[in-house]
Amino acid sequence: MSALVQLVDVSKRYEDAPALHSTNLAIERGKTTVLIGPSGCGKSTLLRLIIGLITPDSGTVAFDGSQITPANIDTLRRRIGYVIQEGGLFPHLTARANVLLMARYLGKSDEEMRTRLLELCELTRLSDNLLSRYPIELSGGQRQRVSLMRALMLSPELLLLDEPLGALDPLVRASLQKELKEIFARLRQTALFVTHDLAEAAYFGDEIVLMNEGHIVQQGSLADLRENPVNDFVREFINSQRALVFT
Amino acid sequence: MKLLPRPRFVGRDRRARRGGPRGLSLTFLTLFAAVFSANAQPTVIGSKKFTESYVLGEIAKRTLNDAGISAEHRQGMGGTIILWQALRGNQIDAYPEYTGTIAQEILKTDRKLSLKEIREALEKFEVRATEPLGFNNTYALVMRRSEAERLGLRTISNLRNHPELKIGLTHEFLDRQDGWQPLRARYALPQQNVIGIDHALGYAALKNGSIDVKDAYSTDAKIAEYDLVTLEDDLQFFPRYDAVFLYRLSMTAPTITALRKLEGTLDETRMIRLNAEAERTKNYARAANLYFQGGTGSTADAGESFWHKLTRWTLRHLELAGFSLLLAVIVGVPLGIIASRGGPTGQAILGFASVVQTIPSLALLALLVPLPFFGISVRTAIAALFLYGLLPIVRNTASGLQDIPRALRDSAIALGLSPMTRLWQIYLPMASRSILAGIKTSAVINIGTATLAALIGAGGLGEPILSGLNLNDHATILQGAIPAALLALLVQWGFDLLDRVLIPKGLRL
Repeated sequence: MSALVQLVDVSKRYEDAPALHSTNLAIERGKTTVLIGPSGCGKSTLLRLIIGLITPDSGTVAFDGSQITPANIDTLRRRIGYVIQEGGLFPHLTARANVLLMARYLGKSDEEMRTRLLELCELTRLSDNLLSRYPIELSGGQRQRVSLMRALMLSPELLLLDEPLGALDPLVRASLQKELKEIFARLRQTALFVTHDLAEAAYFGDEIVLMNEGHIVQQGSLADLRENPVNDFVREFINSQRALVFT
Repeated sequence: MKLLPRPRFVGRDRRARRGGPRGLSLTFLTLFAAVFSANAQPTVIGSKKFTESYVLGEIAKRTLNDAGISAEHRQGMGGTIILWQALRGNQIDAYPEYTGTIAQEILKTDRKLSLKEIREALEKFEVRATEPLGFNNTYALVMRRSEAERLGLRTISNLRNHPELKIGLTHEFLDRQDGWQPLRARYALPQQNVIGIDHALGYAALKNGSIDVKDAYSTDAKIAEYDLVTLEDDLQFFPRYDAVFLYRLSMTAPTITALRKLEGTLDETRMIRLNAEAERTKNYARAANLYFQGGTGSTADAGESFWHKLTRWTLRHLELAGFSLLLAVIVGVPLGIIASRGGPTGQAILGFASVVQTIPSLALLALLVPLPFFGISVRTAIAALFLYGLLPIVRNTASGLQDIPRALRDSAIALGLSPMTRLWQIYLPMASRSILAGIKTSAVINIGTATLAALIGAGGLGEPILSGLNLNDHATILQGAIPAALLALLVQWGFDLLDRVLIPKGLRL
């Protein structure tokens, strides 16, 4: 089966600084791919190219076989869920309104929306009486659950997560990691997960993509990266977080 | 004869169009035309912003009314140029003027013209002058009697030996062809200390010694009241200022006949008495009654009750401020949305709005008056207030939108919402607090600035403020100033309530 997302020779510059050099990447269906690397390595840029928040200077991004263009991007976005750090919930809307925003826009029936909402509450273990609250009335962990519900509302084929757990305290973070992994497994969700934390990458990643200075440096399982580092950067990056990962 | 609603704006099919800003603006224009052209029939008499002109305006109105002709009087619209433009622009039908002023200010000549020459020259403007009303109200320089006697001053030439005297002149006199500059040249006056001051305030300044010499009209009642002396124009500098009415040729024959009944009926003594009565009673209509005493004139018009007047002023004030605010919101919010995107267009919009804000309100009014669509009207006042109201709304809309964090914008885009939906359901609600704050600022500014509308005869609470200023009467000023201040507070308070309704709850927690 072909890859769900295919990036071919994609590059992007901001102002004068290159953010992403010519890059190729395939995201396989049903797997969780993790993008990892130090700040400014280009991992968020890559994610934003896929959801069309920015357009590549060169190369092509294809989703499910069709190239992403301004004409089809809005339709494709409905097949992609997007979760960011702090959730990105709209403060003037209740949790429920945030989750239902897109479904309402597309004119889904009330019945359909109600059913899906209950499924998602169950899936993300969010009590449905929290749905009438505004984002500011929710805890950080609750906000991320709502954000995940919003991303999953239309049963997207691809889920993009940009450091979704980065702003949470360690205890909440650990329990959400566990739940998130269960959810991915249960839904056989294709996911692209951005983090700068190797432990998190190792926990989620079927495939780890290590990036540095706008390049993909090495791609493979954690074991590959540890045992066959292609250069000193990979070795140092693994070693610097080794204590956390291997003890 | 007056402006009628323009048919092309009222077509139902166009108004019925849903949504778009075009439909909105058409609806608005229709409303605009309908509201401000309602007073189509009566003959409109204008007057300048000083007592004698007010009184003459009242007398003309009463004379026409007594002849069975519907007439209204727009009091104290401004100076010569404003009245002349209003006459030519068909916003008024007649106003009292002086022959010297016509020659110098309107026909722009240095020669002293006879009435016959003046009439010939006016012919091409389709304007005519009546025969003189009977008095010559020339310019004069006046001083406190005590001071003049102490220094032994009788003539303007005598001023040459007293360079230390402080001179306060009306702004009009400072700039006139027959005003200060040529007068100073003719008499070779040495005084350096010359300031511009409002006519009525000038009398107060003269009385308390802030100035020593000021310009006056020779029929001014204040000359007797403040015990002033007129310095003799020993070099015959000032031309004759015979009072006449200027009127449009388009006036009906009966109206012209009625107006011309005033010719030769007012000598100087009588005019001074009427002026004194107006200033004593603070009531121009009552002074005008004096003119009709012994005649057939009624005295009906004199006593409009205070509360009635206050209601009229306040309603007009709200109309001016409210309508201009509505317009500023309709135009300002979309401009703010465009400006929030930055770039040269955004910069240009914010720049334009800021520049407008820096033009003094008086100057803005004066700039709008000569334009064809505006002139001396409520329209002009609303247009000026609208321009003033723009900046806070444009700026707050732009900054409110720009302050939305990028992560939230990205989230809205990534969801797949269309640009219009993003704007209406996400961005505008999130910026609502800032936008409303801008609208509130505009509303309060407009309530304050609307007092200036009275300068161009658009009414409102500025009317008592202006007449109070003109009469140097604090009680009258307060009749306008206090309600205006209360109105501003009320508007502020009303908007605070509105915040609770319009700002989404999630942003207020």
